[in-house]
Amino acid sequence: MPVFKKTILASSIFTLAFGAAAMAQMDYSAQIAARQGQMDIMALNVGILGNMARGNTGYDADLAQAAADNIFAAASVGHQIAWPAGSDNFDLGDATAALPAVWDDPDGFDQAWGDLRTAAAGMAEVAGTGLDAVQGAIRPLGGACGGCHRNFRQSDD
Amino acid sequence: MRFSRVLLGLIVVGAAAGWLLSAPQPLTAADIPDRSPDVAHGEQVFWAAGCASCHSVEDASGDARLVLSGGRSFPSNFGTFYAPNISSDPQHGIGDWSEADFLSAVMRGVSPDGRHYYPVFPYGTYAHAGISDMQDLWAFLQTLPADATPSRPHDVGFPFSVRRGLGLWKRAFLNEDWVVDGSDLSPQVMRGRYLVEALGHCAECHTPRNALGGLERANWLAGAPNPTGEGRIPGISPAHLNWTEADIAAYLGDGFTPDFDSAGGEMAEVITNISQLPDADRAAIAAYLRALPGG
Repeated sequence: MPVFKKTILASSIFTLAFGAAAMAQMDYSAQIAARQGQMDIMALNVGILGNMARGNTGYDADLAQAAADNIFAAASVGHQIAWPAGSDNFDLGDATAALPAVWDDPDGFDQAWGDLRTAAAGMAEVAGTGLDAVQGAIRPLGGACGGCHRNFRQSDD
Repeated sequence: MRFSRVLLGLIVVGAAAGWLLSAPQPLTAADIPDRSPDVAHGEQVFWAAGCASCHSVEDASGDARLVLSGGRSFPSNFGTFYAPNISSDPQHGIGDWSEADFLSAVMRGVSPDGRHYYPVFPYGTYAHAGISDMQDLWAFLQTLPADATPSRPHDVGFPFSVRRGLGLWKRAFLNEDWVVDGSDLSPQVMRGRYLVEALGHCAECHTPRNALGGLERANWLAGAPNPTGEGRIPGISPAHLNWTEADIAAYLGDGFTPDFDSAGGEMAEVITNISQLPDADRAAIAAYLRALPGG
């Protein structure tokens, strides 16, 4: 009987250890590259609008509209595929800035994406109509970015 | 025998002096002007002073940031502090306070029952504020919702649990002078100084502290370890931040860095507050930061 128990114990430990190793070896590099690319697309296009809003570049209605449409499209890519559980910076370290809160608070994360789509739609509606409109819509857009990064992204400082 | 009497005498005198020097010093009626407050201006003071960043519940957004029920935790080397309920609830909040109670709390760090508050509450910086601004703030706070969540006691061990000792801490580390001084400051830089050094309490996080938690004014806004233990809070003086004045002002409104990354962490919430202010105030903060030595 004690031998049996020991065998159970040993196999449990083996399973746990092997399981943990298997988890650690899951390769999420494609998902992380995809979502970081999604962020890069948004940053590139926000830069077009932001530089116009700040007066660093001249206002161009067609370019502003194209950038706003791109942001809305990138914000509309569903996040369930590129954000698998276990791909956070607690498990994976510096490979990602995604905090475990993304998976601990899925409703909050969904809400944050919803807020981004709302702000991006607001920008896309007006970006081609004039500089004032871009300057008005950039702040809610920045607020939506910050609203998500506040709780779900590791600060880089 | 004679020596031990002298020693005893010194101890008694020292203890008496320590007791006198550590006494809480609330404002008196003579300090408080008799005026009718401006509630709308009080709301501007509320956003500039960032009250909601500590006293609303963690992760609150929108109108929930106006429910000041407290509860956020602030770890430190001295223990963990919990933001109290400062909603208008008369029992669990501060709804039953007088204006003088509020002003002594926020500008002197003294509670209505005459005890020192811990300096996690940045009264050392609010002490630089104009008292009429704080009167307006009090009027605005009274318009906010009541919430009956009890305040959570701080988790602080001996000797820091002896609040009387904070009287000596205040004498050692609080400073009534402006950090940026001089008669040749422009009105814009002076407004920025007021927003940064008095209301905005930027230095509470962006300036390093000594072993006893006093701010190192010689390293003003030079960046500091994050008290949570994770990472560093960046320096924002010219030696540490090379953004233009226009970029700083824009960042405080829309949260985008000059390369259009977005603010995150605690700063995202600070921007939620500061973006409520007029453009001129964000420009003034930027002008002040660029006017610091090295700019």
